[in-house]
Amino acid sequence: MTGADPPPLLSLNNIEVLYDDVILVLRGLSLDVAEGQIAALLGSNGAGKTTTLKATSGLLYVEDGEVSDGTIVFDGEEIQGMDAHRIVERGIFQVLEGRRVFEHLTVRENLLAGAYTRSARRGLEAETDKVYEYFPALAERRGQQAGYLSGGEQQMLALGRALMASPRLLLLDEPSLGLAPTLVETIFGALQRINREEATTILLVEQNARIALSVADYGYIMEGGRVVLEGSAEELTANEDVKEFYLGLAEAGRRSYRDVKHYRRRKRWLS
Amino acid sequence: MDIFLQLTVSGLSTGMIYALAAAGFVVIYKASDVINFAQGDLLLLGTYLIFFGVAQVGLPWSLGVLVTLLLAVAVALAVERLVLRPLVGEPIISMIMVTIGLSSVLRGVTGAIWGPNPRSFDSFLPAGDIVLGPATLSAGRVLSIPIALAVLAGLGLFFRHTRDGIAMRAIADDQQAALSMGISIPRVFGVAWGLAAVSAALGGIMLAGIVGVSPNVASIGLRVFPVVILGGLDSIAGAVLGGAVIGLLEVYVGFYVGHGLNLVVPYVVLVLVLMVRPYGLFGKEVIERV
Repeated sequence: MTGADPPPLLSLNNIEVLYDDVILVLRGLSLDVAEGQIAALLGSNGAGKTTTLKATSGLLYVEDGEVSDGTIVFDGEEIQGMDAHRIVERGIFQVLEGRRVFEHLTVRENLLAGAYTRSARRGLEAETDKVYEYFPALAERRGQQAGYLSGGEQQMLALGRALMASPRLLLLDEPSLGLAPTLVETIFGALQRINREEATTILLVEQNARIALSVADYGYIMEGGRVVLEGSAEELTANEDVKEFYLGLAEAGRRSYRDVKHYRRRKRWLS
Repeated sequence: MDIFLQLTVSGLSTGMIYALAAAGFVVIYKASDVINFAQGDLLLLGTYLIFFGVAQVGLPWSLGVLVTLLLAVAVALAVERLVLRPLVGEPIISMIMVTIGLSSVLRGVTGAIWGPNPRSFDSFLPAGDIVLGPATLSAGRVLSIPIALAVLAGLGLFFRHTRDGIAMRAIADDQQAALSMGISIPRVFGVAWGLAAVSAALGGIMLAGIVGVSPNVASIGLRVFPVVILGGLDSIAGAVLGGAVIGLLEVYVGFYVGHGLNLVVPYVVLVLVLMVRPYGLFGKEVIERV
């Protein structure tokens, strides 16, 4: 991510986020997402991953949060502090954690809601057909209320809504949450396809570091509101600390819990 | 039989006015989960604005209706912009309390301008009677029914098929998710209050034509509650049906059982219906996935 690379599509520079004017959640976080790539943002609970996404998409403000310092640059334009709908209009779309489908709307109406920022009504049919082609399970249920879909179908619908907006940058918060392993694979397969075929850049927040790094080009590891480690997905997968603390592996393979307790290894980046 | 027909037309026309007021209530509730206690006062505003336009300024009634609708929308947008928008993101209960305040303010302002006495003016609705077999029906009342139904059908289609209609229902389901897809909440709330004002003002205009203008109109606001709760807080079709049921019940009970009781019966029916269907006849059920 240095030298002669083209400027990144999204760049967070030293941002600080305050909730309720007092609680500092992000403290000088910086990260870049290159156009066309999938970047993974990993870290434990409370590290500030979701806050990072919401700072980018403008959704912090309804939660009394604000970007109090630093800049967020999307495609050459500073967007920190902009209204959420203006940010969506510029091509950033966040899929919230926990699917959040509109339960009382039909599948089709959910998709139309996702296309809210498309000013032209033309092309909407083609776009919904594309979503049904990505997720055939949704096509069968297009007239049903979304609240009655299974968890996997709801996650597909959440992604489908995002597709409807044809975003340039997709922010995904825990798409694997609460899904069975085969469904997780379906969802991540679809993500890779969206990345390649729709030329959509993706910033992915995940607890499941293994699957995230398997699809990502580049990764960041967050702790306590800042990035503590970054590198290509291969570098991170090979990193001993990442293996131990995020992939649950050490050189000798799986450790038993007793060993971990006995030998509390210090993360190298803390020193 | 002729009495029954007259009562039915009278009950339906009153019921459709209830339905218009209730539909505005439903629109606001659907978009924002806010229970608008000022809905009856928007109706009141409609009756006084048409009185002002037609009787005081002397506009022809078509222009009067137009001016009434425009002024009502302007008031609603001002209320949304100045009073409710600063509360977006605050607990719903604060917004609901604000609408109670708004109700008093609207009542006070119309009272201050037009005084406490009932006013009357030449109705713009056709004054003649329609003779149907043995029954003689007031043309104005008969005509008010299809007008109201057309407006209500338009509102229903708006929610089903338009971009803003779908956006409103989306916001009602999950405000933050709606924000995340670029739905502009101020815009949609503005549209909701504008529509609610149009619907209520139309109800007010008809009311002015049928029964005249007086501060008592605001008490119809109380009638809106049995209507919407009966039909389901978030259903336009429910508002139509609820309006018809309450309107008819009032006149039937008033005539056949005894005057006075007609004011109580809607609430009795309300309680009975809620025992069977707690979300109203057409209300959305809470979806629970197990």
